Amino acid sequence: MNWTTLRRHPRLVIGLAATLIFAAMGLLSLIWTPYPITDIAIARRFATPGAEHLLGADQLGRDMLSLIMSGTLTSFTVAVMAIIIGVGIGVPLGLAAAIYGGPVEWVVLRFSDLAFAFPSVVIAILIATLMGPGAGNAVIAIGIFNVPVFAQVARGGALAISTLDFVAAARLAGLSRPMIALRHLLPNIASLIIVQGTIQLSLGILAEAGLSYIGLGTQPPATSLGLMLRDAQSLFLIHPWLSLAPGLAIVVIVIALNIAGDGLRDALDPRLKRQGLTNVAG
Amino acid sequence: MTLYLLRRIFGFFVTLFIAAAVIFILLDLLPGDPARFILGINATPEAVAALRLQMGLDDPALLRFSNWIFGMLRGDFGVSQTQKLPVAGLMVERMSVTLPLTVFAMVISVAVGLPLGILAARHRGKPIDTALMVLAQTGVAVPNFWFGMLLTLLFAVTLHWLPPGGFTPWNEDFWAASRGLVLPSLALALPQAAILARVMRTALVDVSTQDFIRTARAKGMTFGEAMWRHGVRNALLPVLTILGLQFAFLIAGTIIVENVFYLPGLGKLIYTAILERDLVLVRSGTIILVLVVSFTMLVVDLAYGFVDPRLRERRA
Repeated sequence: MNWTTLRRHPRLVIGLAATLIFAAMGLLSLIWTPYPITDIAIARRFATPGAEHLLGADQLGRDMLSLIMSGTLTSFTVAVMAIIIGVGIGVPLGLAAAIYGGPVEWVVLRFSDLAFAFPSVVIAILIATLMGPGAGNAVIAIGIFNVPVFAQVARGGALAISTLDFVAAARLAGLSRPMIALRHLLPNIASLIIVQGTIQLSLGILAEAGLSYIGLGTQPPATSLGLMLRDAQSLFLIHPWLSLAPGLAIVVIVIALNIAGDGLRDALDPRLKRQGLTNVAG
Repeated sequence: MTLYLLRRIFGFFVTLFIAAAVIFILLDLLPGDPARFILGINATPEAVAALRLQMGLDDPALLRFSNWIFGMLRGDFGVSQTQKLPVAGLMVERMSVTLPLTVFAMVISVAVGLPLGILAARHRGKPIDTALMVLAQTGVAVPNFWFGMLLTLLFAVTLHWLPPGGFTPWNEDFWAASRGLVLPSLALALPQAAILARVMRTALVDVSTQDFIRTARAKGMTFGEAMWRHGVRNALLPVLTILGLQFAFLIAGTIIVENVFYLPGLGKLIYTAILERDLVLVRSGTIILVLVVSFTMLVVDLAYGFVDPRLRERRA
């Protein structure tokens, strides 16, 4: 991808830029936040947004902007790690199903049916019962949900490509099936995976928010956008801002990611415009 | 067709059986003795041993697993350790909140999403299309529980039109019970409606370039007539798949939204069960959720084959 591509796809530029701004804000929170997020000051409780606190302060007097920066980092981290799980397990499974077919494919397909039957909330419930709630819990729950999604995308893409002549040529040249998958199929389905990755990233951020909100995800003293909404729940009728700020942050991040995903799809492969990439929350 | 039907139904039971095994194995790995947990730390070893015997905890794992499965087949889901009540009864009671909530949400989502998708497709490329798609893009990005908080703020706290939360049982006051579910189902429905509108629009736009639409035009129908008579029906196919996935997602989503509105539904039941380590309840509750989700998928798959004969042929 070069500058010309970017110029032709304004949606990609806007979505990517907005996503990067939030990601950078999150990363910045590792070294600097306007106030330390553990800085509790009762005198500043419910401070309204202003020069001192750009986004106000919460019920403990913590700076909202600092919390949102740090919470954004957690949300992104959880969603990205869940994608690593999904891609790491799902793509090899999908490729194996496509190149071997037969019983291997059957097992992979049944496995994805099984994984689809467990909504991520249910997985989170099981893990929380086993190991207690935590951010790792959310990563695994969302990650397991991602596995069949990537497996199906990889399988579908690989099946379409494996009928092409250059794959047959590779077979004739004596390349083994795993090598063909690695050298010829994987690079060709990379764009599909990247686009699906953007979609799963936005879904992951929404899912993390939901899990943390019911108390099965990120736990204090760490913070995430979902956890901020949980903290705000008992207070938002009197202090709506406490829930508006993190909620809006989630909405903007997810919109940015979705726009970037649409743009990427058009830019990387115009043929994909029609193909149904899964974009259903779960 | 029959072969396809049978294979799909067989697959459904296999998935369900493996899911039950996964849940059982996971929860069996749980450290700690459930009997001791129920009786507290001051219990005598004899009392713990007696309860273990009563709960069948000393039986081999395979026997306990088959007892659980066959019990469920007879409608016996075990007895909740904390509430001392049959799990089946508890779940039926809670389902009277969760199921209507899901169905309401589904109805709203279809009633809003499909017409908007059709409207956008009809005015493709015009400002109204752009406006609707921006709206849908936003709707998809809104967490449903947060939208629920906003709805409470507006309709319950500011306007006093609807209750902010809680639930009156159906048999006490039907009207109050329905009113209590309005805001939660709206909250659940919004993101789903946005997704539906997008899928419906894309499907219609795809269909509009198909040959059969051109043929219908050649026979003298206007574009609108052709789309209405032939286009919408074909466009509904991808929508059907999404609807099935959405129903499954809504059931899971209720667990989160029930928290916002303090609804005594299935989600609340399972959530409390986790905190109190009521294993019997968690085990049977999760398998019920999995059952509902896979059953929905099964129905969608079968409906798909029914609606579109082409697929039936190919898959069988």
